Amino acid sequence: MRAKLELQENHCKGCELCVQACPRDVLAMGSNINALGYRPASIVDPEKCTGCKACALVCPEVCFTIWQVA
Amino acid sequence: MSKQIAGKPESMSPVVTHYCPGCSHGVVHRLVAEVLDELGLREQTVGVASVGCSVLAYNYFETDFVQAPHGRAPAVATGVKRANPNACVFTYQGDGDMAAIGTSEVIHAAVRGEKITCIMYNNSIYGMTGGQMSPTTLMGAVTATTPYGRGPEAGMPYRMAEILATTPGAAYVARTHVADVGNIVKTKRAIKKAFELQMKGVGFTMVEVLGNCPTNWGLTPSESNKYVTGEMLPYFPLGELKDVTKEVPAGVHA
Amino acid sequence: MAHEMELTMVKGNEALGEAAIRAGCRFFFGYPITPQSELPAYMSRRMPEVNGTYLQAESEVAAVNMVLGAAAAGVRVMTSSSSPGYSLKQEGISYMIGSQLPAVVVNVMRGGPGLGNIQPAQGDYWQMVKGGGHGDYRMISLAPSTVQELVNLTVQAFELADKYQNPVGILADGLLGQTMEPVRFPEIKEDPGPHTKPWALTGCKGRGKRIHTSLELSPEGLEKHNIKLQAKFKVMEDEVQFEAYKCEDADLIVVAYGTAARVARAAVDAARQLGLNVGLFRPISLWPFPSAALSGLVDRGVTRFLDVEMSAGQMVEDVQLAVLGRAKVDFYGRTGGIVPTPREILNEIQKVMGGEAK
Repeated sequence: MRAKLELQENHCKGCELCVQACPRDVLAMGSNINALGYRPASIVDPEKCTGCKACALVCPEVCFTIWQVA
Repeated sequence: MSKQIAGKPESMSPVVTHYCPGCSHGVVHRLVAEVLDELGLREQTVGVASVGCSVLAYNYFETDFVQAPHGRAPAVATGVKRANPNACVFTYQGDGDMAAIGTSEVIHAAVRGEKITCIMYNNSIYGMTGGQMSPTTLMGAVTATTPYGRGPEAGMPYRMAEILATTPGAAYVARTHVADVGNIVKTKRAIKKAFELQMKGVGFTMVEVLGNCPTNWGLTPSESNKYVTGEMLPYFPLGELKDVTKEVPAGVHA
Repeated sequence: MAHEMELTMVKGNEALGEAAIRAGCRFFFGYPITPQSELPAYMSRRMPEVNGTYLQAESEVAAVNMVLGAAAAGVRVMTSSSSPGYSLKQEGISYMIGSQLPAVVVNVMRGGPGLGNIQPAQGDYWQMVKGGGHGDYRMISLAPSTVQELVNLTVQAFELADKYQNPVGILADGLLGQTMEPVRFPEIKEDPGPHTKPWALTGCKGRGKRIHTSLELSPEGLEKHNIKLQAKFKVMEDEVQFEAYKCEDADLIVVAYGTAARVARAAVDAARQLGLNVGLFRPISLWPFPSAALSGLVDRGVTRFLDVEMSAGQMVEDVQLAVLGRAKVDFYGRTGGIVPTPREILNEIQKVMGGEAK
């Protein structure tokens, strides 16, 4: 694991842009409905995250926090 | 050991925005907030909110804020900056606010070389009022007030950044877009430069950011970003239209 | 400019500018329009001498919004205009009142409607006193009738604006703006400054962020805001000012403000010489209107009022409201930028009083 990824699902509006932006299929749309009434993205394969930040860059709600793991 | 490389900037408030899913306003807010953080400006910043979808911007930035009447943000920003020249002052406006009702205010702020930064989010539509034609709506585009598509009787879309770049008081004017990862990074670079030049007192700075409006365009967020790159970019070319730190055109005081 | 307390001859518009500077105002945003143009011209010359800022905006709309911005930053700030330009400032005034920001806004009235002309008139009473802009709001509006009073009220206007976090209007007219009279200026005061205003936008160093907005999307929230504003306006009603001249024994009272009151005073003096018991009641604050004082005159037995204005009749409605049908209210007005003569007003007094002359 090169990066640690955290997703604040309760702020997610389900726009799917992060899922499309992720080059390594770390993310997928979830099947649950969050408190805002949206189907949020979820982290399905955290081990594959390289910390490229594509998800964080495209996310309009700043749902992602990413740490580079040394 | 781990180092945080992405997350909520300190200059953003810890709230969910009212923007529609996939709307790029949130991206541009974050870029401005990251720039304020990186330049250490948060505690001396006064933002000026406009009227339109971004009217509630004051809820999303963790800085002082004043909300201006429709189109008047650059005039309000002028008052704030003149009263407090040490402040970092920026406006956050849409294309309806800046390019229609506020044309006069932004052009004259630029002409006077007001040391402020104006961010214009250009999604070529009035979002908040329900998707009406704006001055930057593309020819043929169907909106709530151009149901048969924008025709010549409604005029041609015009290019605000180009116009502002011709004013002698403008120090930095750029057009960018936020429809893909690479250009989001470039947009931040432009916004950072604008704020840096403002704080150096060089002159008026403005970044026009092309962005989407999935809801009023009737497209998914992903499709709407493709509209930005496929339809808007050919009409609204990207680039730094003016940068007085690179060259000094005749008659301009750098 | 003259030393403190020295008597100098000054034109109304310039006296207003100097008074603002003495009140600590260091920011002026304006736009040229006759008959107030000497004021911005004076400010453009004087502000640099006191390290102040004069800025000529691209329009009255821009000017008033620059005022809004400077007010939000916590400084004493003023703008001025004449009737058509004042119409354009209404947007910013409504926003400033909604956002609770103080400023002084001057209207040197001219003939209307529309472009009208550049002669002195009083056709903007409704606009200044009854609102003019959108939404439920009130604004203290002060109407001087001499250049000295213009100076005094300008200084007071800045104090009242800060006290209530609300714009204050100065309602003059072309004649007062152009008139030269001997004036004593008060000593120069410092702007109390943004650090004395716990709401000023100074950057959020060491505190939470501050927001100035007039937007409140929830109906309950906006009603609550309105109730708060109305409570403030209620307190502002205490700032009533008027002058009662020879009213003690008067059978007829002429009601007039500003330039019309100057002329009416001469007419009242002339009427007294003819043995007519006539007085002059001069509202100085047009809002709050001195209704209680007028009503008190009716209690005392006054049955007739003659309202004189350089308009088709605007303030007369407030006089009628104050007396509530308990006295007869006549009206005499000139429009088009014509200032009535003392003789005209005396004729009206005699007409109204019939054969009451002794």
